[in-house]
Amino acid sequence: MAVRVQEADFDPGAELEALTAGDTGIGAVVSFTGLVRGTGITEMTLEHYPGMTEKALAEIEAQAHARWPLQGAIIIHRVGPLAPGARIVFVATASRHRKAAFEAAEYIMDFLKTRAPFWKKEAAIDGTARWVEARDTDDSAAERWK
Amino acid sequence: MQVLYFAWLRERIGVGSEDVSPPDTVTTVGGLIDWLKTREDRYAAAFADTKSIRVAIDQEQADFDASIAGAREIALFPPVTGG
Repeated sequence: MAVRVQEADFDPGAELEALTAGDTGIGAVVSFTGLVRGTGITEMTLEHYPGMTEKALAEIEAQAHARWPLQGAIIIHRVGPLAPGARIVFVATASRHRKAAFEAAEYIMDFLKTRAPFWKKEAAIDGTARWVEARDTDDSAAERWK
Repeated sequence: MQVLYFAWLRERIGVGSEDVSPPDTVTTVGGLIDWLKTREDRYAAAFADTKSIRVAIDQEQADFDASIAGAREIALFPPVTGG
């Protein structure tokens, strides 16, 4: 089980190396990196629910393992203040064949966005701040896996 | 029991967590929110639109009609926006 919630940045290349090291049965690795979209904002702050966050992410990863034949998976999510362009989330899946790795990575992201207790607050260039609102499209993206 | 608030709910109420002792007549999450609303205006304002409130009981997602009997930690928060 590889789930990390951290303030520090991460190195996607190093994470992929670690995910596949020593397992020559892996034929496919898919990764997703989410960045702070910086249009009109100076900073984005990520709040979360310590304890529940890690449990929710571990549960999502376990469900992906139950659904697809994965050799490995990793979920990293950053918290705290982040600058535009910063890496915010990383999901990688490893499998014998690409289909399972592609689908599992998308599944993990869809459920992370709707089930893991994170909240984004944006600080705008004009000095105002606002909490980002949840999107219905994220809910429907998770619904389609049922 | 401990009640936790996150994001704009935390900001509107003014604290991130607090110990509360609701009366025995409060048995569900919905009942707890109704009881909190009667305490002070800031709670009534924060919980004005319960459609935008989500719940976790002891760190597991729950519904408004879920029982709070035996719960140690009840978290109330807006819909999540991670990723």
